[in-house]
Amino acid sequence: MSKQKLPILESEYNIRPARILKVRQLTLTEKLYEIGFPNGESLNHDPGQFVEVSIFGVGEAPISLASSPTRRGSFDLCVRNVGKVTAALHQLKAGDSIGIRGPFGRGFPVQEFVGNDLLIVAGGIGLVPLRSLIHYVLDNRREFGKVTILLGCRTPQNILFSDEIETWSSRLDLSFSCTVDKADPEWKGNVGVIASLIPGITLSRHTYAVVVGPPVMYRYVIAELLLKKIPAHRIILSLERHMKCGLGKCGHCQINNLYCCQDGPVFRYEQLRDLEEAFPR
Amino acid sequence: MRYVTIPADKMADYITALARRQKVVAPVEKGKGQFAFEPISEGREATLTYIPTILPPKKFFMPQYETLLEYDLHEGQKMQAVVELEEMVLFGVHTCDLAGIACLNTVFSDRPKDLNYLIRKNKIVIIGLECVAYCDEYASCALMNNHLPNGGYDLFLTPLGDRYIGHVNTYIGDSLVEEGGFFRDATGADFAALEEVRRRKREVFHDEVPIDLDEIPRIFAHSLRTTIWKEIGDRCLSCGNCTNVCPTCYCFDIVDKPNLDLKSGRRIRVWDSCQNERFAKIAGGESFRKERSSRKRHRFFRKFRYPVDRFGKFFCTGCGRCSRTCMARINLKETLAQLAREYV
Ligand SMILES: Cc1cc2nc3c(=O)[nH]c(=O)nc-3n(C[C@H](O)[C@H](O)[C@H](O)COP(=O)(O)OP(=O)(O)OC[C@H]3O[C@@H](n4cnc5c(N)ncnc54)[C@H](O)[C@@H]3O)c2cc1C
Ligand code: SF4
Ligand code: SF4
Ligand code: FES
Repeated sequence: MSKQKLPILESEYNIRPARILKVRQLTLTEKLYEIGFPNGESLNHDPGQFVEVSIFGVGEAPISLASSPTRRGSFDLCVRNVGKVTAALHQLKAGDSIGIRGPFGRGFPVQEFVGNDLLIVAGGIGLVPLRSLIHYVLDNRREFGKVTILLGCRTPQNILFSDEIETWSSRLDLSFSCTVDKADPEWKGNVGVIASLIPGITLSRHTYAVVVGPPVMYRYVIAELLLKKIPAHRIILSLERHMKCGLGKCGHCQINNLYCCQDGPVFRYEQLRDLEEAFPR
Repeated sequence: MRYVTIPADKMADYITALARRQKVVAPVEKGKGQFAFEPISEGREATLTYIPTILPPKKFFMPQYETLLEYDLHEGQKMQAVVELEEMVLFGVHTCDLAGIACLNTVFSDRPKDLNYLIRKNKIVIIGLECVAYCDEYASCALMNNHLPNGGYDLFLTPLGDRYIGHVNTYIGDSLVEEGGFFRDATGADFAALEEVRRRKREVFHDEVPIDLDEIPRIFAHSLRTTIWKEIGDRCLSCGNCTNVCPTCYCFDIVDKPNLDLKSGRRIRVWDSCQNERFAKIAGGESFRKERSSRKRHRFFRKFRYPVDRFGKFFCTGCGRCSRTCMARINLKETLAQLAREYV
C-alpha cells in the first residue's frame, strides 16, 4: 500500500467558484467588488462576518463582507491593496473568476440590537464591515432606535463610499458626523481624531456602541464610551488578526485563549478587557 | 482485555514479518544519540531502546507539507480538495508520544472537523512501547501523567527482560498478534512481572519538577506578567525549533504552489511557528506578539493554560523535545520550576 491521494467532497478547504460582477475604484488604494455565485445563490451571511477570498496560484485573504444579507443574489467586498493576494485582486476585472470560502466567524449581534439605539464608530477601513451593518439597519430601519454614525479618516482622500456618505448625512433617520486627522483646503468638516467626537453626543441608556477601526484606535474610543456610561457588554468591537484557515486551527488569529476567526471577529469589550493580547500596548 | 507475550529475541523477526505485509515505521538510530521514526524493511533496523525521536510521530499524522487542494485553470476554474494518506504501522511509540497524538486528535476532531487529519489518522496502526527507565534529564512525563499508558494504541508492548508483554487494545491489535505465531497468551507470571515493572517505575518516575499537576492552572493564572518571560525571551533566537519538534504544536500556514505551467498547482498546508514574529502580524503593520517574551509566553500558555480552558487537558506531554533541541538552552522543566517558585 503506497501513498494515496483521495478526493474529499466535504473538505473545509473546498472553495465556491464565484464571479466578479462589478469593480469600482473607491480611493487610490481601495476597490469595491460586487461578487456573485454562478447560479445566483446568496451567501446568507451575518453583518460583520468575513470570507476567505481565493485566487489560485496566489493564495487566500480574509475579507469582510461589505454588504447586507438583506441584499440577495450578490455581495460586496472592499479591498485595500497591501500585498500579494490583495494586489492580485486589484488586477481583476468584471467577469473574472475568484473563489470564496465561508462566511466565517460571529457577526454583529443584530437581533440583540433590535429596539435599541446604535452608536456606530468607524475608523478608516473599519467602515467596510460596518457598512454591512449600516445597510442592514437601514433595510430594517424601524426595528432600531436612534442611529448615530461617527466616521474618522486620515485625510479627505481616504474617505470610502463618499457617495453613500452623502446620502447618509442627508437622511433624517440617521445622525452622521465625520472627522479627518488632517484636512485639505476644501474640507469643511471636523478635524481631529475620532474619539474627540464622542464627548459631544448624547446617548440614551439603551445604546449599543459598535466600534471598528485600526488597532490603535480602540483604547481611545473605548475610554470615551466608558465615560459615557456604556457598559462593557454593550460595546461591540470587531478585531483584525492574521488569519489563514478561518477554522480555529492554524493558530494565527489567536488572542490569548480566543480565536478571532471563530470566536470573533466581533467581540464584546467585556470579553476582551482583561486579555493581554487584545489591544496593542 | 487480552494480554499476550513475545520472546525478546523474536521481536526483530516479528517486525520483519510485519514489514513484509505493510509499511512499517519505527525508531531508527541516527548517530550522536539521536533517533528518528523512519520506514524499515527489516526488524533489526529498528531500535527498541531510544530517547524521543527528533520529530515526533506528528509528522505522519500532520505532514510538514500536505496538499489540501489541487487546481487547474486551463478551462475555467477546476479544483478538487484532496487528502493524502498512506496505510502504515507505527511501531514503538512511547507513552508521551501517544499522549501527543491524543492531543492532535482532540484538536482536529473539534468542530469544524479537519477531515484531512481525521481520514489520514485512521490509516495508521499504532504499536506502543513502554519506557522502563527515563530517556534523559529533559523528560517530565511523570509530571504530565504520561509515563504510563493511557490508551491510544492498537497494541502496547512492555519489556519484561527476556520477553515483552503486549496489551491488545483493538481488533486491529488482535490481528497484529496473530501474525506468524510469534505471540502466546500471557500467564499469571507475566502479569506479576508487569506489575513489578510498573511498581519499580513508579519509584523512579516522579518529581521531575517540584510541583503538582493540579497546581499548574493556578500558577499560569498568575504568570501572565512575570519577568520570567522576558528573561527567556531575551535568550530565545526565534528559530522555531521548539515548535517544530513539539508533538502538540500544530499551527500552520496555507500557501499555493503553482506548477511550471502556472495554470495548475496545489494549495498546501505547511507547519508554521508562533515563534516567528510575522506569525501574528497584520497588513496595517501591527504585530500582536512583537516581543520575543510575548511569543515565548504564548508557547507556554498554549501548553499549560489555553488548552485546559478549551479542551480540558494539558498540551505538554513531557517529552522534553523542546528543551533538548533549544540552542539557547531554554529548558521547560527549569521554566516551570521558576514559575512555581514565584507563585506557589
Ligand atoms: C476578519 C478580517 C477582515 C478583513 N477585512 C478586510 C477588508 O474588508 N478589506 C481589506 O482590504 N482587508 C481586510 N482584511 C485584511 C486583509 O485580510 C489583509 O490585508 C490581507 O490578508 C493581506 O494579504 P496579502 O496577500 O495581500 O498581503 P501579504 O503580501 O501576504 O502581506 C502583506 C501584509 O499583510 C499581512 N497579512 C498577510 N496575510 C494576512 C492575513 N491573512 N490576515 C491579516 N494580515 C495578513 C502580512 O503580515 C503583511 O504585513 C481583513 C482581515 C481580517 C482578519
Ligand atoms: S528552540 Fe529555543 S531558541 Fe528556538 S524558538 Fe524555541 S525557545 Fe527560542
Ligand atoms: S512543550 Fe516541550 S516537553 Fe511539552 S510536549 Fe512540547 S516539546 Fe514536549
Ligand atoms: S484563522 Fe486559523 S485559527 Fe483563526
